[in-house]
Amino acid sequence: MVAVLRRVSTAAGGVLLLPAALWYAAFFIVPLGFILLFSFLTSADYGGIDYKFNLGNYPQLLADPIYVRIFLNTLGMAFSGTVLCLIAGFPLAYFLATRAARWKNLFLVMLIVPFWTSFLTRTYAWLILLSDNGPLARLLHSTGLLTGDLGFLYTYKAVLMGVVYNYLPLMVFPLYVSLERLDKRLLEAAKDLGAGRLAAFRRITVPLTMPGILTGCLLVFIPLMGEYVIPAILGGAKSYMIGNLIGDEFVSAHDWAFGSALGMAVIVLLMALIAIYFRVARRATSAEMAL
Amino acid sequence: MAVTALRAPATFSLSDRAGALFEPALRLWTALVYAFLFIPIALVVLFSFNASRLVEIWTGFSLKWYGIAWTDPSILDALRVSLTVAVINALLATVFGTLAAIGMQRVGRRTRTAFELMVYGTIVTPEIVIAIASLLFFVTINVDLGIPTIVITHVVYNTSIVALIVRARLVGMDRTLDEAAADLGATALQTLRRVTIPLLYPAILAGALLAFTFSFDDFVLTFFVSGATSTTLPLRIFSMLRFGVSPVVNAVATVMLAVTLLCIFTASMVVRRHGRGDAESGLLLAAARSAAQRRTE
Repeated sequence: MVAVLRRVSTAAGGVLLLPAALWYAAFFIVPLGFILLFSFLTSADYGGIDYKFNLGNYPQLLADPIYVRIFLNTLGMAFSGTVLCLIAGFPLAYFLATRAARWKNLFLVMLIVPFWTSFLTRTYAWLILLSDNGPLARLLHSTGLLTGDLGFLYTYKAVLMGVVYNYLPLMVFPLYVSLERLDKRLLEAAKDLGAGRLAAFRRITVPLTMPGILTGCLLVFIPLMGEYVIPAILGGAKSYMIGNLIGDEFVSAHDWAFGSALGMAVIVLLMALIAIYFRVARRATSAEMAL
Repeated sequence: MAVTALRAPATFSLSDRAGALFEPALRLWTALVYAFLFIPIALVVLFSFNASRLVEIWTGFSLKWYGIAWTDPSILDALRVSLTVAVINALLATVFGTLAAIGMQRVGRRTRTAFELMVYGTIVTPEIVIAIASLLFFVTINVDLGIPTIVITHVVYNTSIVALIVRARLVGMDRTLDEAAADLGATALQTLRRVTIPLLYPAILAGALLAFTFSFDDFVLTFFVSGATSTTLPLRIFSMLRFGVSPVVNAVATVMLAVTLLCIFTASMVVRRHGRGDAESGLLLAAARSAAQRRTE
């Protein structure tokens, strides 16, 4: 009887999954299938596609040094962005985790507010602040720290700063959770046993918050690899990222087959990185803490 | 001694000199980071009220840019498209996501794993890749780009977000209530309607608000699947930015900010009132947002 009931319940569960599963199949899996297929076809001259098999799109990606450079540039940006978020975010997360409950809530809400401002707004806001006659330039001029133009916008540095600005909360939240859970008595014990603050930090705080550090890095790194908006608004020619390259293959270059190959390359690269992440995560933390 | 240390661990090694500097340094750093986070946004809001056309020099308070934005048909049209897309998307994603979250708990392990793979797949795949894949798909099967294609693409991602949020609440929920309802003779549908869904209500509402917000804010997906005729507010802002930042852009951005914050505020109040700590609701929102930057943004 119980077994029958369970089977009925399982069938009902399947029915509940159906709408979402069909939607995913039709509008996620099938479109991904399309770019896989198109990456092996030939682009028509003015956009669109010729259904002619073509193995050349992937080699083209490696043959032209400019594409390799954009890939490396994107990896570099994602890596430096992640590291900077970690450096800026760890002390902040530590601060949050060591406040009294009332303040903690206030500070967390204050972290969420900018995080939920439209991505586009948050990014273009820097155009005001950093323009050559903007508030920062005038402040620096009036104090004599700067003569001439600020010249910060549309550079690699401007994009990197936009990245840290937009992604920082993603790093801070998981760090905060780990630090919050950290048993503070361990630090007490370390101190009683004669460990200095640095030693306690290195030997206790960092290892025990490793799951949070890894999660934060993953949350920042993955979306960063596909970043499109920040380089489009704050960047120049040298801060072009894969996302922009892919977009341009469809918006201006109309090379759909090559654009599809680029898209597939990003997916494969990300899957490889995630696989590495899970291996590292398993080694760096106990199985129990990894997820 | 141990108790005070627990409450204020920052004081635990005040004895050494580095320790004495630690807390002030921590506070200074935090203040700097918060300033970094808030100043740019504050400038956008501030200069939307500036009397001058200049976006860098404050000359006085004025609401005229809001008036200009409000009478610009292209902006009003974009607002209409944005709201239409966001509302339909939120409705569909909430229904699909909620049902999926409940279903995930009731199916066998293999089905669940396969389904979870799709949920996480939609979140991990970069937004730009989903955008071009959807564009290719729609164009190849000869679907005209417009509001329907924007909604279809948004619902993929937002269904996953709602499913994860609702599932997070389901996992912590008492399943015996469902079983009790069944024992008392309720049909599966009655149990769902009278027991499961009311219990899930805060998570469902939070999910719906988040889905609305994601869609309302989305730029990348919309940019590629919107076609020439349907423009949302973020797309309108982006095209206005080609001529530089203007007070009108700031006014539009400020209105969008107000709408988003209202949604988020409501979502977190709902989640909080139903027994979750602030930290937890914040994390819920953060987890939801995380992928979005792939989006997001």
